[in-house]
Amino acid sequence: MRIAHTCVADIVSLSEAIETLVHDGDSVALEGFTHLIPFAAGHEILRQGRRELELIRMTPDVVFDQMIGMGAARKLVFSYGGNPGVGSLHRFRDAIEHGWPRPIEIEEHSHAGMANRYAAGAALLPFAVMRGYTGTDLMRRTQVKPITCPFTGEELVAVPALRPDVAIVHAQEADRDGNVQLWGIPGVQKEAVLAARRSLVTVERVVDTLARRPGGVVIPGWVIDAVAPAPRGSRPSYSLGITERDNDFYKYWDSVSRDRDAFRQWMDSHVLAQETATL
Amino acid sequence: MSATPAEVQTVVAARRLREAESVFIGVGRPSTAAILARLVHNPGLVLVYESGTIGAKPQRVPLSIGDGELAESADLIVSVPEMFNYWIGTGRIQVAFLGAAQIDRRANLNSTVIGDYDHPQTRLPGAGGAPEIATGCREVVVIAPHSRRTFVERLDFLTTTGGRTTHVITDLGVLEPGADGELTLTQLHPDVSTEQVRDATGWELKMADQVRMTDPPTGEELAALRELVER
Repeated sequence: MRIAHTCVADIVSLSEAIETLVHDGDSVALEGFTHLIPFAAGHEILRQGRRELELIRMTPDVVFDQMIGMGAARKLVFSYGGNPGVGSLHRFRDAIEHGWPRPIEIEEHSHAGMANRYAAGAALLPFAVMRGYTGTDLMRRTQVKPITCPFTGEELVAVPALRPDVAIVHAQEADRDGNVQLWGIPGVQKEAVLAARRSLVTVERVVDTLARRPGGVVIPGWVIDAVAPAPRGSRPSYSLGITERDNDFYKYWDSVSRDRDAFRQWMDSHVLAQETATL
Repeated sequence: MSATPAEVQTVVAARRLREAESVFIGVGRPSTAAILARLVHNPGLVLVYESGTIGAKPQRVPLSIGDGELAESADLIVSVPEMFNYWIGTGRIQVAFLGAAQIDRRANLNSTVIGDYDHPQTRLPGAGGAPEIATGCREVVVIAPHSRRTFVERLDFLTTTGGRTTHVITDLGVLEPGADGELTLTQLHPDVSTEQVRDATGWELKMADQVRMTDPPTGEELAALRELVER
């Protein structure tokens, strides 16, 4: 399949993409719902020393635990801050409970709230309408307002659209014009790209032509700013059909991240001292 | 070898799905129970995971809701907005299995914070899908360890409402809402006394007139569970 269009996404190195697209103080969404989590991009943001970020992710997961623990975030927008199947995200907890390494502002939603916020952002609408939040303490702790249906009078809630400065997602492949295809669990990747003002897709591989997959999600290059090759760039998450989720790493992270010094040492040697993936 | 309390809890949770069409599950014991139900009681049971996998047929207990095996074995995979708006919010999924750090007598749940919200003693993961799962699915079954830490008089934070909860399955017994909506002990697991359950509950727990005894796990149930966990 070829998507013919004159306006295509630039295929650049990951370091160049982060340098160009992510600035200090930006709101940055890194999406991927347990699958296709853009770890390589998160690590490159840390290597380039970006600060004061508003980090946005439904499930912060280990990647945001690392970014929060390194002090890169001033604010976190999320809906579930756990290490899936393992327990706590210790750096996330330490930041909220003790302000280490710096205090962090939080804005939390339910998954349905976050998903609808992205969908409204992708549609360039100001808000989304949904049933939810009613009767919970979240109502007074987050951005959600009651709204009455103008047709039926039903009481619903509105959540504001998410429009991140930058969205970064990972996918299995792109063609040379930067058209992207991902398959397996699609999460909110397409919504995040379309909701954001700028977007980067990191990919396992660049191919001559995309071979369409059943259930595959194609994001055309003309809505993406940059595509950067990042083989194995979602590990310890995974890219279905190419890499496998490293469940042992998620368990191992629990011990590394419990201790501040052990965490910093691990990040120094496994992230900061590593070479950036290049073309 | 006789069953441990955790095994009894899982087996009892699996039995709840004997007649169910579909069940929404997270990770941990609820997931083990639902996979066991498919193996032993109800091969047609549709397993739905938050990650978007509908009709997943895992052969092992997944660590995360997004493990590759769930995606590869699913009947269909949908995006997160579709999952919540078309499938969960509409009542198309019959039963939901939920867990929580705290539960009160109305089956309201807390999975957000222990202590004050702004200065938490323990920051928990947060809502995830639970609030809308609990109001979207037709029936909610809570699976929780029975202790005063979990069964509290007053929640520190109300994350998820308990209005659709039909059963709370613990490692000591089963609680169901009475006519007034308050959780009542209706079933005791083998070798557990009502005093034990009272002691492990942070409020004055109501007892049903006739508290039933849980049928012990059968050899088949226990063998299937142990084999599943070993995989």
